[in-house]
Amino acid sequence: MRGSDEERPMTGPFIRLEGVRKEFATRGERFLAVSDVTFDVAEGELVALVGPSGCGKTTVLKMIAGLHEHSGGTMRIGGTDGAGFSADKDIGMVFQQPLLLKWRKVLENVLLPAEILGLPMAESRDRARDLLALVGLDGFEGSYPYELSGGMQQRAAIARSLVHDPKVVLMDEPFGALDALTRESMNLELLRIWSESRKTILFVTHGIQEAVFLGSRVVVLTSSPARMAGDITVELPYPRKLEIKTHEDFGAYTRQIYSLLGMA
Amino acid sequence: MAVLNFFRRYWIAIVAHLAVLVAWQLFVQLGEVEPYIMPSPLATVMTLADNNGWVHNTLFTAGEIFGGYICAVIFGVGMALFFSWSKNLDAALMPLLISLNMIPKVALGPIFIVWFSYGMGSNILMAFAISFLPILITTARGLKEVEPDLIDLVRTLRATRWQVFTKIQLPGSLPYIFSGMKVAVVLAVAGAIVGEFIASEEGLGYLMMQRQVELDTAAMFMAVLLITLIGSVLYGAVMLLEKIVVPQDARLG
Repeated sequence: MRGSDEERPMTGPFIRLEGVRKEFATRGERFLAVSDVTFDVAEGELVALVGPSGCGKTTVLKMIAGLHEHSGGTMRIGGTDGAGFSADKDIGMVFQQPLLLKWRKVLENVLLPAEILGLPMAESRDRARDLLALVGLDGFEGSYPYELSGGMQQRAAIARSLVHDPKVVLMDEPFGALDALTRESMNLELLRIWSESRKTILFVTHGIQEAVFLGSRVVVLTSSPARMAGDITVELPYPRKLEIKTHEDFGAYTRQIYSLLGMA
Repeated sequence: MAVLNFFRRYWIAIVAHLAVLVAWQLFVQLGEVEPYIMPSPLATVMTLADNNGWVHNTLFTAGEIFGGYICAVIFGVGMALFFSWSKNLDAALMPLLISLNMIPKVALGPIFIVWFSYGMGSNILMAFAISFLPILITTARGLKEVEPDLIDLVRTLRATRWQVFTKIQLPGSLPYIFSGMKVAVVLAVAGAIVGEFIASEEGLGYLMMQRQVELDTAAMFMAVLLITLIGSVLYGAVMLLEKIVVPQDARLG
């Protein structure tokens, strides 16, 4: 399996966290949000990070995104030498809310990262159109966000996270605000987008089923402070279809995660 | 086609307005109300033929209102932008301005006249003073109202302060600016008229004080109507501008 210790490529894992901790100081008091988190993500892998709400998953993601400094341990992105990885150009982010700018049309929303990074606009425009087609939004380039459903807005947000061709896409409960059925279809969409774009994706969720369905690996964190509870390789073959959820192995993985979280 | 659509959409509102006018006319006519108590709508409009300097006085008052209003928009939005760039300035001056906002601006009228004498200048100042803070406060709020996650998103891209401002903060605050600007229209009109009531030699407010002495109520009604019209024109202009600048869904009420 990709990302396992034995078969790690020469350059090492793409993302590596080793004993990472994070302390926040609020009004003089220290608060430990993340304690001792260790996991690897190989290039092109889709790893799900699962844990209870408010357990510090988002903090882990934000440290990888460079939005928070880590207080201890080591963290490395871009392989051993970090060559060819640029902290500003190679990270795409998707949040629980689509966060589209209401006053911009969909295409212009997708272009926002390209504008900020000062990428050549004509090429970015073409790329944005291709990405909108990839996420199933062709024909909506000129629509305003309010004209789209929640699921479609989130598709646009995914296209936006890819427009500057980042190496890593960090997703923070991207489908958490959607209804159950839309969420399932977005899960399928994400797997398709992932297989076509071959990006490294780190997907934070509190949905155990969602984590097992999407991830080639599931990193399980316990709550406050976030601590490693397990790192499971999900050996269900891609492309995955929804039927897989009724598969015996799927149930076994789910049960394993529940028990790691002390819920079964 | 457009005209037809307009009537199809708003015919109930149009009928309601007309019904009030008709009821007013009938009430005055059938009830034999004295014209100095309540003139009929027709009698009111007829005063336009009297020599009241309508055009001059209307333009004078409109000039005060627009002048004070435009200053209020420039200073209100400008200061809010200024505050959004400096946390210290915001922390020091914002509470001060909110305290100042508690002063009933109308009460400052006699003081303005002591300082600047009477005339167009002090009336513009009055219109400005009364309409400026609501614009400043709503704009400042709009500039602060940015999703923290959105800031995180652009921070991962190492966006500059200027990029955050021009691409996110400023366009995001436009609906707030317009909501403040709409509130301010009504206030600017009130400010200018109060200024004219206190001391003035021209304008519709001044004209009303003159006609009051003669119990020419119809002319006073007409003056009120014209003041309302000035306010409506300004309000319409602001709404039109909003329609051009802000996409539908981003508007606040």
